[in-house]
Amino acid sequence: MEKLQGRLKRLQHEKRRRDAWLTVEIARHRDRPRTRDYIATLIDGFEELKGDRLRADDPAIVGGIGWFGDRAVLVVGHQKGRTLDEQTVHNFGMARPEGYRKAQRLFSLAERHALPVLTFVDTPGAYPGVAAEEGGQARAIAETMLKMARLTVPVVATVIGEGGSGGALALAVADRVLMQENATYSVISPEGCAAILWRDAAFAPQAAEALHPTASQLYELGVVEKVVEEPRGGAHNNPEAAAAKVGEAIGAALAELDQVEPETRRARRRERFRRLGVWAEPDAGGTVLSAIPDMRP
Amino acid sequence: MSVTVEIERRDSRPAKPEWICPSCKDGARLADVRGNLFVCPYCGFHTRITAGERIRQLADPESFSELWPFVRTLDPLGFTDLEAYPDRVREAQAKTGLAEAIVTGSATIEGNACVLAVMDFGFLGGSMGSVVGEKLWRSAELAAAQDLPLVAVCSSGGARMQEGVLSLMQMAKTSCAVDVVNEAGTPFVAVLVDPCTGGVVASFATLADICIAEPGAKLYFSGPRVIQQTTREALPEGFSTAERNLELGHLDAVVPRKELKTKVGNYLRLLEGGDTPERRDTRRARGRSKRGLAQATADGARAIAALAWRSFVGGSGEAPGPPEEASAREETP
Repeated sequence: MEKLQGRLKRLQHEKRRRDAWLTVEIARHRDRPRTRDYIATLIDGFEELKGDRLRADDPAIVGGIGWFGDRAVLVVGHQKGRTLDEQTVHNFGMARPEGYRKAQRLFSLAERHALPVLTFVDTPGAYPGVAAEEGGQARAIAETMLKMARLTVPVVATVIGEGGSGGALALAVADRVLMQENATYSVISPEGCAAILWRDAAFAPQAAEALHPTASQLYELGVVEKVVEEPRGGAHNNPEAAAAKVGEAIGAALAELDQVEPETRRARRRERFRRLGVWAEPDAGGTVLSAIPDMRP
Repeated sequence: MSVTVEIERRDSRPAKPEWICPSCKDGARLADVRGNLFVCPYCGFHTRITAGERIRQLADPESFSELWPFVRTLDPLGFTDLEAYPDRVREAQAKTGLAEAIVTGSATIEGNACVLAVMDFGFLGGSMGSVVGEKLWRSAELAAAQDLPLVAVCSSGGARMQEGVLSLMQMAKTSCAVDVVNEAGTPFVAVLVDPCTGGVVASFATLADICIAEPGAKLYFSGPRVIQQTTREALPEGFSTAERNLELGHLDAVVPRKELKTKVGNYLRLLEGGDTPERRDTRRARGRSKRGLAQATADGARAIAALAWRSFVGGSGEAPGPPEEASAREETP
């Protein structure tokens, strides 16, 4: 009996690992709908707006204005591209400082004209290149987050594929963060994590399991407000149906946010991120229970 | 004559030196190095120092009083790689004598009352997890509430991977904390020391009003190894050093450790110098009576901690916040 239970436990563990890795693979699937696909289905009369007004236009982040139902909105999202040519143009969705500065400029535009902001997150991470670093990648990301935190218009972010690290979070400081069932959102790629902590990138499936990057796990942690269902097997099997679900969820989130005063929205967004994190304080009055407590839950 | 010189050299440099400079490999006596603020007396290399030593160097003597020392790390994901996360934390605590990678408190710097947050790279690479984010948030909130400037000494390898996406969220949380400080109009000065990378440099550290670094400090979002693995680009001379960053316009100044305290003091005086005479008088009075400062900040800190504690265990009715499901989910794992 004990032997059987042990076996069951091992098998369950194995299944969890495989499920986590499967999600990572679906999130990166070549045919998975991208930001532009969602714009094409959900936004009418989309007008793309390019450039950061400083030096360049970064195609890894696309943005523009259009109609979401009967409302004009600003849409900003990472764009990965599908064919190799597209992927090269869009740099696999890895944005440079110019991309983040473009996003900032568009956020200002939305704030000035009271347009709700919709963002789509789908990137392996910010581009790790010498020019990007020296062009101020770090501050570009930080400023984008601060800019989003300061908006008073409603902000809804949707993670539609890979939510890779700071490069993804830069577009996700939102009132509501939605996440598709097979999307991932993580502090580091499983490969990167395995290379550092296991000292071998081949342990990526183990790292994927340990990082808890799937939508349902993030919902448990309170990091996302809603998990958006996908067609069987993943969004690529039926892009229209997937987009319809995403549209529905965004619409519901916007309706909720419309009930709130602009300044309150900003305050609550700040409060939302303030609450993220898990820590213990033995006693707010100052009594310590033990100097180094047992941290296992 | 030459013999005398020999003897003198042997005296000042013992056969087995107490301290060896990681850069020029020259040996020196520990007392000399300490007296030189842990800067190599020969080549000027700035070695990494602990949070305690940093506070000793930066804050006025006896002025620092620690706040929120009891915020403790949890293991929200049950994370195990080659070693379990709680074990790693315990080892780091034993090694450094610190509870976490950040020490926060109130202090005066050259007589300027401020909230001081110091990160320690020795604690799991100064990585930013939930506790670092929370203590930084409280520091910002206290600075805003008490009309005090915030000074942060940042040194970090990035986000704490073992807390998964929650550590990523600390980037957003600390950026929002900067918004709190900015809104209150109190100064925020960040000192970036070797190494300051990843999630920290891409959040609160670079959002400061004044952002300075120590000579030779490495500052980057993506490190040389990641860049080479991904793009195979050749790295230019001095890539990511403080000096290079200064040249590129990402820093206000590169300040040697010896001048750090004076500089930060100057910045604080200047940034507060534009206030109305009344506001300046209240501030100056607070800076003069150190006990008054400690008392006021401790009271403020308690209030802020109590507020945070309530929302942590499930939220108080009045607190404005996310919808009910979100707060109900935030329980101790």
